[in-house]
Amino acid sequence: MMDRRSFVKKVLNGTIAGSLFLVWPMGGNSIETPEEIPGIKGKEYDIHHQEFAFIVDVTRCIGCGSCCVADKREYNVPDGNYRTWVERYVKGFSDKIYVDSPHGGLDGYQHARTDIDEEIRDTFFVPKLCNMCKEAPCVQVCPVGATFISPDGFVLVDEKRCVGCAYCIQACPYSVRFLNPVTKVAEKCTWCYHRIRKGLLPACVEVCPTGARKFGSMKDETSEVYKILKGPGVLTVLKKEMGTFPALYYKGARREVI
Amino acid sequence: MDAAHSSAAMLVSNYVFPNDLHVHWSMMIVLYPYITGLVDGAFIIAALYYLFDVKSLRPVARFSLLFALAFLAIATLPLLLHLGRPERNFNMLLTPSPSSAMAGFGYIYAVSMGVVVFIILFVYREDLVELRATSKGWLQLLYRAMTFDSIDLSENARKLDQKIIRFLVGIGIPIAVVLHGYVGFIFGGVKANPTWSTPLMPVIFLFSACVSGISAIILAYIIIRKAKGRSIDHDCIKTCIKTLTLFFIMAFTFEMLEVFSHSYLKSGYHHMVEGLLNGPLASSFWLWQVKICSVIPLFVLGVMGIFTINKHIYNFTAAVVSAILLLQVLIMRWNVVIGGQLMSKSARGYTEFHPEWFDKEGILAVIIVMAIPFIILFVLSKIFPFWTPDNETNVK
Repeated sequence: MMDRRSFVKKVLNGTIAGSLFLVWPMGGNSIETPEEIPGIKGKEYDIHHQEFAFIVDVTRCIGCGSCCVADKREYNVPDGNYRTWVERYVKGFSDKIYVDSPHGGLDGYQHARTDIDEEIRDTFFVPKLCNMCKEAPCVQVCPVGATFISPDGFVLVDEKRCVGCAYCIQACPYSVRFLNPVTKVAEKCTWCYHRIRKGLLPACVEVCPTGARKFGSMKDETSEVYKILKGPGVLTVLKKEMGTFPALYYKGARREVI
Repeated sequence: MDAAHSSAAMLVSNYVFPNDLHVHWSMMIVLYPYITGLVDGAFIIAALYYLFDVKSLRPVARFSLLFALAFLAIATLPLLLHLGRPERNFNMLLTPSPSSAMAGFGYIYAVSMGVVVFIILFVYREDLVELRATSKGWLQLLYRAMTFDSIDLSENARKLDQKIIRFLVGIGIPIAVVLHGYVGFIFGGVKANPTWSTPLMPVIFLFSACVSGISAIILAYIIIRKAKGRSIDHDCIKTCIKTLTLFFIMAFTFEMLEVFSHSYLKSGYHHMVEGLLNGPLASSFWLWQVKICSVIPLFVLGVMGIFTINKHIYNFTAAVVSAILLLQVLIMRWNVVIGGQLMSKSARGYTEFHPEWFDKEGILAVIIVMAIPFIILFVLSKIFPFWTPDNETNVK
């Protein structure tokens, strides 16, 4: 049991102060839970008049892995498979890029890499998830139409139709798909479509402590994603040359990010 | 992307996307194009005889058709073993997605099967009419159906049979080309994979299919005839080898052209393709596929084509070179299917593939799948004789 005096003492010498910073709200959404998407909950969902966007702000990601944990719990994702993951990029002064993602970043990045022999110029984290392509190769190649684009723009998998051929896995340029070893059908991130239909934010967005993952409606001019996407800031998409036209945008992603 | 293309320095971390660690298309998907390739090649031999009147191929013409049928009969087996939910396979036929290349397989396969079966029934109608006359009960009913309930073996009826066979083989050629060209397109149409995504892929698959099928016919013919103590038609083997040489030159040229294209065009992720061929696939591609199983047979085929060789040595060499080329095509399929997946879409690293023995897509399953066509061939031989007595008089 810690008395008031020793508590203050520890705060002052930094033992507890450091941990306080970890839970300090940084413009994210960790306090108000569950966060709602304005204009959806309690109203009739008009599937034909919806447009959503997902923005990953690389400059805000701290690689804590909370998003990955939330996702794994939300979907009971089998070990070794990932609907979302976080990559760690380390850039040396020689311009060499060192990327890793042990367990998909599920455990967070608690330790620095010890296998790099040069001075580090920069390091950053990049969350990855389904790009919700408007021209989705996975949808094109699915032989039975189990993968489809919903009228509100989500690339989804009908697990009752999927034959488990894995052609969609081959076709996805972003490798966000896997064959679930339990159900034997293709699985991928849906941006938590079941939550969105209820007006709730995707699980990963909700738990992100820094606001690195942003999601919202493009039909709502007051939404953060609307303001960012319509604003002057530079946003990029992954593998633009693939012609997939993702609805997932990256803010602050360096050119080394693939 | 500039950085992605700048240098191989990006490979220092050998970073593989977490979902790319597992190779999703394994040995059954290696077998699938291999088997359809054998079918195509065997069908080409039959077509050369029945449609293009290459008389010297008569000894192997009927056998080629039966060989094609035996392998075609199990062509879907590797796919069923591969599917996560094989019980839903009919979804591909019942509710196909028109945008998917893969959705066409069921139809192309069914048409191929129908054409090959009908050709065989017309080619063997004479034998089947005789069998019908000597059989009773349900077997007789079966033969009645197989002879289209006709026992007419008159000159006119036989001429009509020949016309029908020519017509069926005529439409069978484009179907066979589509069947295997399409299999190549399944891979060539995946733009996410730089090693697959090339318009050359269907062409490569098509020519290598002909190589494997013709090699298989040569090898099977020589082995079966030797095992049965029967003579080998030298003219037939020579024609087969000449045809094989032509197709192999085309196949090997296009295989090398693909590598050259990647290297010369320096298109997207070419550094990864080069890294793949010179890294994880250095042994299976350069040593086995190119040096041992392509350059050596090419040299041997050249010698066989230019110099006059003793018949026995020629036939023995034909069997050996055919066996090597069968291996070449299998390794090529492996390098394309498995090799292509070793390269992570992260463009920063390569994964590994370790075949298992007892998995449903494992080595034992591969052996069983490849053994089944030979059992089917054995059963077929009881109804449809491989060789005609006429063949025996031809050979000396």
